[in-house]
Amino acid sequence: MDFGFTDEQNLLREQVLRFMTDACPLSVVRAQNGGLPRELWQQAADLGWLALIVPEAHGGIGLKWVDLAVVLEESGRGLSPLPLVSQALAATAIGRCAGDDAKSEWLPKIAAGDAVFGVGLYDDATWIDAEGIRLSGGATLTGTKPFVSDATVATHLLLATRTGRELRLAIVDAEDATVTAQASIDRTKPFGSTTLDGIEPLAMFPISTDDLAYLTDCGAVAVTLEGIGAAEAVLALTTDYAKNRIQFDNPIGKYQGVKHRLADMFVDIESFKSLAYCATWAIDNAPDELPRAASLAKAYASDAFARIGIDGVGLHGAIGFTAEYDAQLYLKRSKWLRSAFGDADYHYQRAASLGGL
Amino acid sequence: MDFDFTPEEQAFRAEVREFLAENLPSRAERGRGFMGEWLRKVRDRRWVGFSWPEEYGGGAGSLTEQAILKEEMALAGAPPLGTSSMGLAWVGPGIIQYGTDEQKQRFIPDILDSKVNWCTGYSEPNHGSDLAAIQTKAERVGDHYVVNGQKIWTTGAPWADWIILLTRTAFEVERKHDGITCLLVPMDSPGIDVRPIENMAGDRNFAEVFFTDVQVPVENRLGEEGKGWAVTISSLANERSSIGEVTQMFAKLEALKNLVRSTKRQGKPAADDPAVRRRLGEFEAKIAAMKYNGLRYLTKQLRGEPLSSETSVNKLHRANLEIEMDDFAVELTGLAGVQLPGSDEAVDGGRWARSSLGWPSVVIGGGTPNIQRNIIAERILGLPKD
Ligand SMILES: Cc1cc2nc3c(=O)[nH]c(=O)nc-3n(C[C@H](O)[C@H](O)[C@H](O)COP(=O)(O)OP(=O)(O)OC[C@H]3O[C@@H](n4cnc5c(N)ncnc54)[C@H](O)[C@@H]3O)c2cc1C
Repeated sequence: MDFGFTDEQNLLREQVLRFMTDACPLSVVRAQNGGLPRELWQQAADLGWLALIVPEAHGGIGLKWVDLAVVLEESGRGLSPLPLVSQALAATAIGRCAGDDAKSEWLPKIAAGDAVFGVGLYDDATWIDAEGIRLSGGATLTGTKPFVSDATVATHLLLATRTGRELRLAIVDAEDATVTAQASIDRTKPFGSTTLDGIEPLAMFPISTDDLAYLTDCGAVAVTLEGIGAAEAVLALTTDYAKNRIQFDNPIGKYQGVKHRLADMFVDIESFKSLAYCATWAIDNAPDELPRAASLAKAYASDAFARIGIDGVGLHGAIGFTAEYDAQLYLKRSKWLRSAFGDADYHYQRAASLGGL
Repeated sequence: MDFDFTPEEQAFRAEVREFLAENLPSRAERGRGFMGEWLRKVRDRRWVGFSWPEEYGGGAGSLTEQAILKEEMALAGAPPLGTSSMGLAWVGPGIIQYGTDEQKQRFIPDILDSKVNWCTGYSEPNHGSDLAAIQTKAERVGDHYVVNGQKIWTTGAPWADWIILLTRTAFEVERKHDGITCLLVPMDSPGIDVRPIENMAGDRNFAEVFFTDVQVPVENRLGEEGKGWAVTISSLANERSSIGEVTQMFAKLEALKNLVRSTKRQGKPAADDPAVRRRLGEFEAKIAAMKYNGLRYLTKQLRGEPLSSETSVNKLHRANLEIEMDDFAVELTGLAGVQLPGSDEAVDGGRWARSSLGWPSVVIGGGTPNIQRNIIAERILGLPKD
């Protein structure tokens, strides 16, 4: 029994942390204007992060989600704008569901970072179900897919389609589609509405509803892992401020209205961290347990981080509201995270069903 | 990261299960002699004091096997491994850590054999959360201490044989944590007066304990004179692994789900009500978080990494859940929910109504939620003391 990371994983963690501090600090994150930060992406590829979960046979490193977890947690800490989650989902989807030809073609490109994937599963912002997929699949694709994650920075799009009961994932060249950026709260998580006008997908493969749920769960776990780092970063920022900001002759962190809220943040982060690690373990080792584990983690994190984002700003006073101060960036991430891959209500209801109600 | 156990650990789990299958009859089948026999059998296996050193009769078991043992026992709904609950929880570990050899020989076997009951004399009328400020006085006279003062909320005092008593031997000290001395005192010592206090559930488990010129031999001092605070801290820290607890809470969640399944509200199944379902999801997330927090902290211990005060995280969850789950059950079932055992309309025999009056044992005893938050804020986050 060992519910912790290995020495190698801890080294990887340090490597990502160093990258985020040196190459991708918040000043760089803020300077992004919607395109893919090519140089950073190349570095991430060179460091092997895009290849982590791609099998060795397809040019990857053949590690697991638990290794990827370390990368997501640390890149989340610095609100990395790189489309790491979409890339990981594309690798997972193709590795799990595509035929051998498609795997041989696409997985090496994903591992090398030559293909940059955006992912669009559901068409409806509040309906996580195969029935909510409206884009119809066929030899050519016509229609609009809204909310495609990272579509604006991608070279390729992985889109879910449905014809009757038949679900398929299509790989589309982003240049064949009309991608309209969708302005949203968190600029580090770009997405776009994608319009297809009779274009031919580069590849297409069937998936089951279980596969769809699996991918959604992987997405939920991935963004929760990012959320751990991000939430810890706000907690650190706010704790530090509370130690130094003097009001009524004392550091505000001496007052329980402040310090107890920070303690509660710690409790919540520790808790959704444990749940997210457990869900990550389930992706690798116990797919049957994944739905429940993913739902518990994502549900807890959605509500807890949302509140942490708000209080991270609020506990700073007015300076927290300024554009210049970083607390607001985390609040924006927390709002995005709350809805991504299912909100707390969806996941709690699902956990209740899975628990036999 | 893996949840697999070594072959030895798996074999141990199998051994515990086999033992339980053979030796734990259902509640209805447990006769009069059951408890005595149970205690003897688990003692023979050296499962009592599982991680304590062998030389004093302990099991010298590993932390992981201890966790397995607790989990299996809780899963099976087994009774405790001994009746000397505080002896096993912290008095014994405190004596093992700070006691003289003579004290270990004298006290440990009786705790393991469930021969003596201990109670804990820490809190005083004017000093609860601020425990280090206690004033009960112990004055050294020859080879005795003479104790005068009062303790309160002393759980088990009405039937305990011994008390682990926190006294003050020095009043002129720079830090209130200095000058505290820990004494082990027989409850039948002349000058001890126990007055039970009834709690809101109608039980009389705790008491006021008065000390008037009580003589305690110097050899009954645990640790050095004036260094009793260290003993106390270690005893509070000994409430660590919450694994058995989590198993019980999962069982309680299942009971709550059954209650939901059999309940209608406004003529409709409660199980279809999204608000109800959501609450159950929230409970499950918190209990699961406790489980996996516990495993992360256990991993740290196994790896020899320092643990700070992370156990306060689970204590806070536990405190919230203890209140909320019972409260939810009572509210869910309307006026039937408030019926106590004995009422023909009581829900699940009045279980929920009754335990909705019991949370202070968990929530207040052992450090209130505010104190746990202070611990996290100050020791882990490094915020200033208030
Ligand atoms: C069922 C039960 C069993 C017990 N058994 C024992 C026992 O066997 N032996 C024993 O020695 N004691 C026992 N206790 C006592 C227990 O340890 C104390 O009740 C506890 O430490 C709190 O002390 P207090 O009751 O004096 O409350 P106080 O310390 O007076 O606290 C009152 C309120 O003020 C809050 N408060 C206090 N200080 C602060 C602060 N710094 N910041 C913010 N809020 C604060 C507390 O959170 C609480 O809500 C038991 C208590 C209960 C309820």
